[in-house]
Amino acid sequence: MRSKSQTTLLRTVGLHAVLVPLALIWLFPIWMMIVFSTQPENAIFSSNLVLLPSDQFANNFALLQADTGFLRTVFVSIVVATVYTVVSVFLTSMAGWALARYNFAGKGVVLAIILGTLTLPYFVVVIPQFIMVARDFGLGNTWFALIVPPLFNSLGVLFMRQSFSMMPGELFDAARVEGVKEWQIFLRVALPMARPTIAALCIILFLASWNNYLWPLLINNRPDMMTAPVALGSLIGLTRVSWGGIMTGAVVLTLPMLFAFVVLQRHFVAGIAAGAIK
Amino acid sequence: MRATTRTAYGFLTPYLLIFAAFWVWPIIYSFYLSFLSTRVQPWTFNPTFNWGRLIIDPAFFNAFKNTMIILVIQVPVMIALATLLAVLLNSHLLKARGIMRFAFFAPVVVGEVAYAAVFRLMFQADFGVINKLLALVGVAPISWSSNPTAAMALIITAVTWRWVGYNAIIILSGLQSIPEDVYEAATLDKVSKTRQFFFITLPLLRPIILVCVVLSVIGTMQLFAEPFLITNRGGPGGATETLGLFLYRQGFTVLNFGYASAVAYTIAAIAIVISVINFWLGRDPK
Repeated sequence: MRSKSQTTLLRTVGLHAVLVPLALIWLFPIWMMIVFSTQPENAIFSSNLVLLPSDQFANNFALLQADTGFLRTVFVSIVVATVYTVVSVFLTSMAGWALARYNFAGKGVVLAIILGTLTLPYFVVVIPQFIMVARDFGLGNTWFALIVPPLFNSLGVLFMRQSFSMMPGELFDAARVEGVKEWQIFLRVALPMARPTIAALCIILFLASWNNYLWPLLINNRPDMMTAPVALGSLIGLTRVSWGGIMTGAVVLTLPMLFAFVVLQRHFVAGIAAGAIK
Repeated sequence: MRATTRTAYGFLTPYLLIFAAFWVWPIIYSFYLSFLSTRVQPWTFNPTFNWGRLIIDPAFFNAFKNTMIILVIQVPVMIALATLLAVLLNSHLLKARGIMRFAFFAPVVVGEVAYAAVFRLMFQADFGVINKLLALVGVAPISWSSNPTAAMALIITAVTWRWVGYNAIIILSGLQSIPEDVYEAATLDKVSKTRQFFFITLPLLRPIILVCVVLSVIGTMQLFAEPFLITNRGGPGGATETLGLFLYRQGFTVLNFGYASAVAYTIAAIAIVISVINFWLGRDPK
């Protein structure tokens, strides 16, 4: 038995000898984001190695606010991500419900198309989307442009469909026998039962919208209708812009999501894993 | 129409309307656009204009070449690392499991712009923290933004940092679906842990690793924010220009929608071909 416990000890040491340094390397950029955001500009661009935070966050953030009106763009991002998440959850739940619980003509075709779009690069649709929304509709720099075109997502439908199809059918049949209408069964019985799945989906959708960069970059360029990532990205590479300020913006975008990740890790992980398994 | 069909489409309609307006129509329209000459108004039908240019355009070839280099190096390295991480993070012997997982999964929630900004600053040539740390171990400063090879290495490093945890989550969920008694039986038969990994774990994980590879290939084919923001618009001198960045330039800087559409369809075609090859290589040998 002694040799076995020795092997176990050796394995444990080996495992941590690999993982701990790797974990530190992986945390390093996030740590440096925080460090930079609290350092004065002359400390970031000095020849000293600076690895610990200082106390200049408020000053740096004031510089960023002066450069971009950052608070307004954060507000735009919050509104867009929230509305997008709510609407998208409803659309995908309804579609997922139909695909899970009814047999109907064309079901196979609809499913195949939804699955097919998973492997289709977004670039194929982004140019016509831009032409349509910005030129044909004249809706550049609007809430509509930020929220509606990205609404289609195949992942959510597959995710919700999976959840609904695992529910016991007798439950819905019993409600039908009592004369409850289909949409009421959906709203009052099925949706509440799907709460854990919906929670995971909400997190994935909110995160996707919050971090979305390319589409908001293309469609909204007026300062008061920019999302926060677009406003922040517009500063990168400009000279005479405060890097400390940019880093405070990165922190504001990142820390709330990291906090949510820590609290809701189980849902995050479930959402990401489900996205790939289908 | 049967009643259930009517009900089903009632639930599907809002979703399908969005799909039709913002996906089906654009897919058709961009195919049509790729046959139009859109450099000057009015747009005219000219089937060979964009596709003819694409074949001989050195800038397109450069972006294609760079994307393929990133693909061939970054995807295998990242998937191998993600598999290793998943196996290690799944170990019973692991202490501080929560913190360890957090370290690798955290980048998944960091947005492209935020992480691009940090990487750009960390890898700055004169005052960047990476060069300062390299100096501690005696490595001469690397000019990440003006040396083409270093710039490419920077992009690959950044993308790997951002996405390895995402893939590890997926592979980890696959690992956890492998029944424990398979390993118990193997241990009883005195099969070593290393052999268990290669002869039990890897074969069982193959389908899910394949999904990761395909998702990563599609992602790499569309790489945009990293070369746009970290290496300053694909610099130095186009050394990190990707297909995604090239399309952005043609479509939204020059506003040559026809040519950009031809590029978009080429990206899609390459992604589909690579995905099919992957699934074909990874199919069940039976």
